[in-house]
Amino acid sequence: MSVLWADKYRPKELSALDYHKEQAANLKDLTKEGDFPHLLVYGPLGAGKKTRIMCLLRELYGPGVERLKMETMSFTTPSNKKLEITTVSSIYHIEVNPSDVGIYDRVVIMDLIKHVAQTQQLNVNAQREFKVIVLTDVDDLTKEAQHALRRTMEKYISNCRIILCATTISRVIPAIRSRCLCIRVPAPTEDTIVTILQNVCKKEDVNLPLAFAKKIVDVSNRNLRRALLICEACKVEQYPFTENQQVPEPDWQIFIRKTAEQMLQLPNIKSLAKVRQNFYELLTNGIPSEIIFKTLLEELLKKCDRGMKTKVVEEAAIYEHRMSQGNKAIFHLEAFAVKFMYLYKNMLEQMVEVY
Amino acid sequence: MQITKIIMQAFLKTGKLDKTQPKSGGTSKPTKKSELVPWVEKYRPKTVADVVEQNEAVTVLEQCISGADLPNLLFYGPPGTGKTSTILAAARQLFGDIYKERILELNASDERGIQVIREKVKTFAHLTASGTRQDGKPCPPFKIIILDEADSMTHAAQSALRRTMEKETRTTRFCLICNYVSRIIEPLTSRCTKFRFKPLNESMILERLSLICKEEDVNCDDETLNLLVQTCGGDMRRAITCLQSCAKLKGRGQKIDPDTVLEVTGVVPDKWLKEFLDTCKSQEYGELEKFIRKLMLEAYAASQILVQLNEMLVVNDQFNDKQKALIGEKLGVVSYRLQDGGSEYIQLLDLGNALSKAYSLA
Ligand SMILES: Nc1ncnc2c1ncn2[C@@H]1O[C@H](COP(=O)(O)OP(=O)(O)OP(=O)(O)O)[C@@H](O)[C@H]1O
Ligand SMILES: Nc1ncnc2c1ncn2[C@@H]1O[C@H](COP(=O)(O)OP(=O)(O)OP(=O)(O)O)[C@@H](O)[C@H]1O
Ligand SMILES: [Mg+2]
Ligand SMILES: [Mg+2]
Repeated sequence: MSVLWADKYRPKELSALDYHKEQAANLKDLTKEGDFPHLLVYGPLGAGKKTRIMCLLRELYGPGVERLKMETMSFTTPSNKKLEITTVSSIYHIEVNPSDVGIYDRVVIMDLIKHVAQTQQLNVNAQREFKVIVLTDVDDLTKEAQHALRRTMEKYISNCRIILCATTISRVIPAIRSRCLCIRVPAPTEDTIVTILQNVCKKEDVNLPLAFAKKIVDVSNRNLRRALLICEACKVEQYPFTENQQVPEPDWQIFIRKTAEQMLQLPNIKSLAKVRQNFYELLTNGIPSEIIFKTLLEELLKKCDRGMKTKVVEEAAIYEHRMSQGNKAIFHLEAFAVKFMYLYKNMLEQMVEVY
Repeated sequence: MQITKIIMQAFLKTGKLDKTQPKSGGTSKPTKKSELVPWVEKYRPKTVADVVEQNEAVTVLEQCISGADLPNLLFYGPPGTGKTSTILAAARQLFGDIYKERILELNASDERGIQVIREKVKTFAHLTASGTRQDGKPCPPFKIIILDEADSMTHAAQSALRRTMEKETRTTRFCLICNYVSRIIEPLTSRCTKFRFKPLNESMILERLSLICKEEDVNCDDETLNLLVQTCGGDMRRAITCLQSCAKLKGRGQKIDPDTVLEVTGVVPDKWLKEFLDTCKSQEYGELEKFIRKLMLEAYAASQILVQLNEMLVVNDQFNDKQKALIGEKLGVVSYRLQDGGSEYIQLLDLGNALSKAYSLA
């Protein structure tokens, strides 16, 4: 298999980034001196956070950061449970996603940072006196894990810097935010994405009509990775591109729409059984519960009047919050589905009474 | 010792010693390093007298440094107000060179279950502490156990601490540090003298930042500095980090402008808030949905939006009290849910609907 366009054309240097150029230039200045702070890079999905971080690392250490190896590290919890986690590292940095081990993320954070901080860089001639630990999806970390980071970030700062990556910082505790330079990476604009698609296609020797590029951008929700993936998928499906070619929609999205339709058509107990099964299927296919919830809500709201919309959003805000608290998403999805069908059914009945 | 060992290992690997390393090993390395650490660390108070504000805690610790006994301490207050710095500085002043032997620092990154409290803490507490240092100088005849970030300890572990604290009063003092005092069990708080670390006064932060600007050769006028301080809500750490970030992002010698400050501090530009309010006012749900989606793609923190909306609301004379109450209540709920991990998109939609409703009451 050849490499996906999304990876093949990932810029490698800060100066090669196609957008938020001023920020890229600023980041370059940041690396010039040794007193580099901890960073918290945040922005929506596919906005280019990871790309920016890798460019920054390259600026700090040179091309050596691109020689990556994957390893499995193992940890033991205080209750003697064995954990394994995959890390990606170069000789200068290490990247992990601590939430891969769920509620044991704190153990990973504690051990990993201490380990990295205490094993000094062997190469004393390295340009930097510190190593970098990249932690991804920090907004999914448990509160315990976040607390564990606090003093650790201060204690080991002389030989290790931490780059945190998150989609939103609302879930990052203030004490951590106050320890980092926060870097906001907004999603690229639609025009920028169109340009990037065109550039990539040019390099691939593919002819991409402007109208079709715009169509892709429309469905990608300003997620650059998604736009690139869709574009490549379309090319495989049908090329040369035609004006009214269909842009494929992700399966899960269609599936959620169907689920919503079921709830709207027959708001009753029988539907619930079917709906539950659908939720299960989505979850087992790895669709994040938050996305399921949001997409479902959007689909349901399409069929509600203004007053009903307010009511449903209000309920959704309660159920989604609960879902983020617990660890069995299915219960909360289902509870919300029931609540919605109940409200919706009442609305329909009232409408009948009026006429 | 540690350093020489590492150098030797490195030497064996590469066959040469780092040029920056004097052959005798030792002293120049730490100073070089300390220049390279971020400013928050560089300007961490070295003595208790260096601590800005927090007079009550400072007074007690200074009395102790000049010979008085020390009670068990509980420091609480928001991030970046000097809690950790104060106790660490005091411990250095009290114990000088033997500081490492006399304090045990356990924070949220250390294992602090009941078992550890029973064993590690107890063992440390049992060690005797004499009233003189090796060099013959007098020092307090006790050790200090610092439990930083104690609000993340389980209640069971906190309970286990109760007995130990009582039993070891002869040789050990405890210093508990936390952000939220309500998360510490009552039997512990009642065994400590409590000190609230207040958010720092803006003028005091300003003073400290001006000093750092001088030391570090930062080009920033008073007005911009003032803006920076205002956005930091009394958190000195955040203020210093922001200052350094602005300075570094701008490059050496370049003047820091207000826009950089706003960007670094994550403040949401007013135009977004205004658009939010206007959209809610229009009562068009479709527009609201579109707007929130757009806002999310800009990656502004929803929590920050709430803070700014709240500030706007308090001084706003467009709304009457009833409308304000309605919005205020929703702001509170939404803010709580967000901090808990609720989805920004859904919570802001909910807030938007409440705002629309408030507008419709007019
Ligand atoms: N400045 C850029 N110019 C061109 N392409 C870019 C740029 N930044 C990112 N990309 C492309 O966008 C895609 C997504 O970027 P990246 O993986 O960095 O996003 P991300 O923000 O980390 O996303 P996620 O949060 O979903 O992991 C990459 O495949 C890369 O090819
Ligand atoms: N009162 C203060 N006087 C001087 N500097 C301060 C003060 N408070 C905070 N700082 C600065 O902020 C940094 C962090 O302070 P410190 O670690 O003491 O905060 P904290 O109160 O323990 O916060 P947290 O609750 O997040 O642990 C210090 O290194 C110092 O530079
Ligand atoms: Mg990523
Ligand atoms: Mg602290």
